Amino acid sequence: MITTDGSRAGQREPAGPELYSGSEVIARSAIMAGCRFFAGYPMSPFTELLESFSKLMTGPGRVCVDAESEIEGANMVIGAAATGARAATGSCGQGIALMQEAIAESALNQTPIVVFNMARGQQDYFQATRGGGWGDYRTITLAPKDVFEAGEHTQLLFHLADKYRAPVLLYGDHFIAHTEVSIRLEAREFGPLHPKDWALDGALGGTGRSRQIWTWNSGKVLSPGPGPDEHWRRIGAKFEAIAAAEQRWESAHEGADTMIVSFGTAAVFVERVVAELRAEGHSVGWFRPITLWPFPAAALERAAAGASRVLVFEVNAGQMVEDVRLALPDRSRIASIGGVSFDDSGLRYGTLMDVPEIRARVVGALSRERIR
Amino acid sequence: MTTTQGPGLSGARQVAQARPNLLQTTEHHFCAGCGEPIAMRLILEVIDELDLAQRTIAVVGHGCYGGFVRQIDVDVLQCLHGRAPSCATGIKRMRPDSVVFTLQGDGDMVNEGLQEVLHTAARGERVTCVLLNNGVFGDTGGHLTAATVLGQRTKTSLAGREAAEHGYPIPVADLVASLRGTAYVARAAVHNGPAIVTAKRVLRRAFEHQLNGDGFTLVEILTMCPTGWFVSPSSGGTYSETTLAGAYPLGELTTAPKPAEGGTDAAAG
Repeated sequence: MITTDGSRAGQREPAGPELYSGSEVIARSAIMAGCRFFAGYPMSPFTELLESFSKLMTGPGRVCVDAESEIEGANMVIGAAATGARAATGSCGQGIALMQEAIAESALNQTPIVVFNMARGQQDYFQATRGGGWGDYRTITLAPKDVFEAGEHTQLLFHLADKYRAPVLLYGDHFIAHTEVSIRLEAREFGPLHPKDWALDGALGGTGRSRQIWTWNSGKVLSPGPGPDEHWRRIGAKFEAIAAAEQRWESAHEGADTMIVSFGTAAVFVERVVAELRAEGHSVGWFRPITLWPFPAAALERAAAGASRVLVFEVNAGQMVEDVRLALPDRSRIASIGGVSFDDSGLRYGTLMDVPEIRARVVGALSRERIR
Repeated sequence: MTTTQGPGLSGARQVAQARPNLLQTTEHHFCAGCGEPIAMRLILEVIDELDLAQRTIAVVGHGCYGGFVRQIDVDVLQCLHGRAPSCATGIKRMRPDSVVFTLQGDGDMVNEGLQEVLHTAARGERVTCVLLNNGVFGDTGGHLTAATVLGQRTKTSLAGREAAEHGYPIPVADLVASLRGTAYVARAAVHNGPAIVTAKRVLRRAFEHQLNGDGFTLVEILTMCPTGWFVSPSSGGTYSETTLAGAYPLGELTTAPKPAEGGTDAAAG
C-alpha cells in the first residue's frame, strides 16, 4: 500500500496564527503535504530550512538525514521517492549545482522529487530553468514572492511532482528563508492523483512482474519497457504538455504603456515602485512570472500587447530577459534595468534591491526614447 | 531452484545448468570467463533461500553488471554511478521492512562512490552493499580504477600499476570494517568451487545481519575479468586467485558481530 499523506494525522497545526520564519513555514507546509523524507547539507541561507526539517520531521515514518554532501542528499531523495514516499532536498545555487546530475536523473527515471533553492540572489535563473544535467528534461520552477506564497507553493510542488513524476524546484532567497511572519497554515487540496503503482516495494519479486526504475526504462526480460528511444520521446512530450498546462503568473495594469517584468522577492519591490509612479500619473504596470519554467510567454505577450516599453528587473547580469525576448514579438521594446548586486556577506542582495534605486532605473528608462 | 538432472550429467554440469529462480533469463552479454554472473547468481540464491524475494529492492550502479537490471526478478532502482548507497539509504529509511542491497563495481564504489559507501557505513544504514571488484573499469574496456592492484596491467597502466605514478589501491572493505556503523564485512572470490561456496556463505551472513538490524553490511567479491586483464578466459581464475586475492586477502574482516551501538560520545552538560 503506497501512501503519500500518511503523516498528516500525526502533526496538527495550531488553529490560530503563529509566528514562523519562512524556513519553518516551508518545512511545515512540506510536512502538511505529506513529505516523509528530507536530506540536506547546510549552506546559508538554506541552512535554516535544514534546521526546520530536522526539528519537525519527527514521529513514525518521517526522516531527516544530514547528508555528507548535496550530491548524496539528492540521491537519497531519489531513493526515498522511488518507494513512493514524498521526499525533498534543498540548498542554495552553489549546492544545487552539485545536484544537477540527480535532478536530471529524477526527470528521466521519473522519481518525483522536490528541491528547495534558498538562493543567494537571482543569479540561479538559468540554473533553474535550463538546468545542467544531461538529457531532454525541464524542471518545473515556482518562484514565490514572499513567505505566504512560499508555503502555498511548497504544497503545490509536491502535488505537481507526483502528478507529472518529475523534479520540481522552489526558487526562494534569504528574504523568504529568514523573514518571520504571522501565519495560519492550512493543508491545500489539489485533487486526486494516480496511484503510485510504479513505486518499489519489493512485493512483486519472483513473480516475473518485479518493478524497475531506470532512465532507460527498458524494463525486465519478462515485462519489457519501451526502451530509451520511446521512453525519452514520451518524456519530451510530457514536458511539452506541462509547458502548456502549468504556466502561472500575476500581473497588474495590463495595457499600460510600460510593463515591468520581475520575479520572486524582487517583484515585491517592483510592485511598490509601480504604485508610486502610477500615483504620479505614469502609465506603468507589472508582470510577474510565478512559474519560471514553464515561462508564461503567452500571458506576457497579452499583458504587454499595448506597451511601448517592457522593462526587465532582475538582480543578475540578465537571465530572465532572454525568456522575455523569446516571448515578445517586438524585441526592440525590451530593456534590462536590473544588474548584479551583492553585499559583502555574499548571501544577500546589495544596494540594487531598494525601492528608490529601482525607481530611479525605471524613471531613467521612461525618459529615454524607444530606439527603433 | 530449477535443476537439470539426468544420466550423463556430472554434478558440476548439473550445477552449471541450474538457473536461479530469481533470474528471468540465462541469455546474457557478459564476456567469456566473467566472474560477475557467478556473484549475481549467489546473491539471487541467497535471497531465494532466505525467502526474501518479495521484500527485496536492488540498487544497481553502472558497470558490466548493469546488464542484470533487465534479468533479475526483484525490484530494481538503476541509479547514478557511485550513488547506490545513498539511494539505498532513502529506500531503506522509507521501507525499513524491505531488504536492500546495492550492486557496484570497484569503479562505481571505490572511485566515484567512495564517499557514499563510507558515510552510509558510518551511519549504520541497514543495507548490504555488494562490491564486485575486478580491479578494472570492465565496461569501458579495462581501465585503471582505485582498486587496480600494483603491477596490474590496464589500458591506462599498460606497463602495470606503479605506486610512484598511479598511487596505491584503496582497500575499501578494510576501511568500511573500521567504522562503528558497520556490522559485517567480508571479502570473498569466485575463482573456484570452494571460493564460490564461501562467497555464498558470507553473502548469506551479510543479509542475515541486515535482517537482524545489526548495522551496515558489505561483501566484496573478487570477480574475474579476463578481457580487462588481457588474459585468456581459462586463465581468469588463476589470475584472480594469485594477483587480486594476493593483494586483497579473503575472509571476514569483522570478526564478531557488533551490536547496534547507542549512547553518546559527548560530555554531559
